[in-house]
Amino acid sequence: MRKVAVLGVGMSKFGKHPNRSLVDLFAEAFFEAFESSNIELKDIEAIYYGNFVGEMTDGSANLAGFMADEVGLKGIPAIRFEGACASSSVAFREAVKAVAAGHYDCVAVGGSERLLSAGTAIGTRALATAVDGVYEITAGLTFPGVFALAARLYSKVYEVPLEKLKEAMAYVSIKNHKNGAANPKGQFYGKYGNLKVEDVLNSRMICSPITLLDCCPMTDGGAAAIVASADLAEKVIDDPIYVLGTGQASAGSLFRQGKEMVKALSRKRSAEMAFKEAKLTPKDVDFVELHDCFTIAEIIALEAMGFFEYGEAWKATLDGATSLDGELPVNPDGGLIGKGHPVGATGVSQVYTVVKQLRGKADCNQLKNVETAMTDTLGGDFTTLVNIILSIHKR
Amino acid sequence: MFKDFFNALLEGKLIGLKCNDCGSYTCPPKATCNNCGSRNLVKVELSGKGRILSFTTTYVAPAGYEKEVPYVVAMVELEEGPCIMGRLEIDPEKAEKLGQHLIDMEVRVYGKEFPNEPFYPDKEKRVVPMFKLERPV
Repeated sequence: MRKVAVLGVGMSKFGKHPNRSLVDLFAEAFFEAFESSNIELKDIEAIYYGNFVGEMTDGSANLAGFMADEVGLKGIPAIRFEGACASSSVAFREAVKAVAAGHYDCVAVGGSERLLSAGTAIGTRALATAVDGVYEITAGLTFPGVFALAARLYSKVYEVPLEKLKEAMAYVSIKNHKNGAANPKGQFYGKYGNLKVEDVLNSRMICSPITLLDCCPMTDGGAAAIVASADLAEKVIDDPIYVLGTGQASAGSLFRQGKEMVKALSRKRSAEMAFKEAKLTPKDVDFVELHDCFTIAEIIALEAMGFFEYGEAWKATLDGATSLDGELPVNPDGGLIGKGHPVGATGVSQVYTVVKQLRGKADCNQLKNVETAMTDTLGGDFTTLVNIILSIHKR
Repeated sequence: MFKDFFNALLEGKLIGLKCNDCGSYTCPPKATCNNCGSRNLVKVELSGKGRILSFTTTYVAPAGYEKEVPYVVAMVELEEGPCIMGRLEIDPEKAEKLGQHLIDMEVRVYGKEFPNEPFYPDKEKRVVPMFKLERPV
């Protein structure tokens, strides 16, 4: 297999875009990525596009071809990938595999989504299409609901008093909002940068014990990246970011996972796959961009990825281990909570941040001496998990 | 098929599968054993008894469910092992007051029909697995 690298990356401003289509948002991100790649349009051989619920938010499916045509890539293979909130991470991983296998030398990857403009009721129903469509949706289970169940179970299984756990969860919100308030492309740029624990605890209850400030927002936005063989990348740019390893795994309905939901076993499997391929361990990772769709989700993710033991990440979070100056900075761009979560674009927006951080050109909160980092994207209630390890080193 | 499961639930019966290979139960039914993946399964009626593993009082509902809020969604571990998702029959305020004390409380499962919504796969009716607390709180 050939080595694969990322050339340019791009991302639209995340937030509310009532007057811009899924195509518009993808195109903006695409051209930012393309223009920093030092290639010609004809070098791009395929488009791998992630979108989750275009049918419900925009009445639109069959989207990939429209994306290709919009950016002037007439006639090339264009494929839509759907893996709920991990859609564009699935697209990214498949693009990496296609380039590694030699099918293509250069592929454009990305995604776009318009959840905020869809409104809360449609947005909540659209997101809930990722729970079991027969046996779970009937009870009215929502996504905040999934993580509310997980929070109560975490408290019970690891014998952490719920009040203590909620404090750690509030800290995740405070930290990610603080990081996100500095992000000019984030949904909450300049806002919520100084939250207190009480603000999170006392915000509107959505699904007990998850409050509004425990949740990421609904967001409209797009993201893109150009993926190429390492050989091509080294010819056209000075600072390729190498894809050292990727992992992906799946799980069934939440009730089939039962008590083990707090272990996020699909994530453990996916992360282990990525580490094995990269020949690295969690100790080699300098920072992480992970799927904090809800505050408790960040805590569960850190354990399943192998950065902390099961039942320990809430404590490490309270101790500041995941702050910008901690031993493992988590979500320096604000994560889903602080930056926003345009579902189908989220995975590639994590790649965007990692690539810019590793190049020392982050939009905000530039970390010092970072060489290797990891993304984590969760689709559904642990049903699709993708992890990507990126580095300035080819190895 | 899901119709048989929900129709039985409306009659107060909980249908599951027993695996002839590993002995474990799968509920609701699916094509393979949830524990070992075997297809050597036999349909059985389960006790309908279980205990609450986790729950959440839902205040913000998806489109089609708005009229039902607040409602309490619960995941219950059945006596035979599998977990199922449904709704807890309880005053939401009481559920919030009890908080984590509700976990491990014993419940019995039954089925109740609710108004349908456009995207639900069963176009005739939407049945919800309901959990009734065995002892009043």
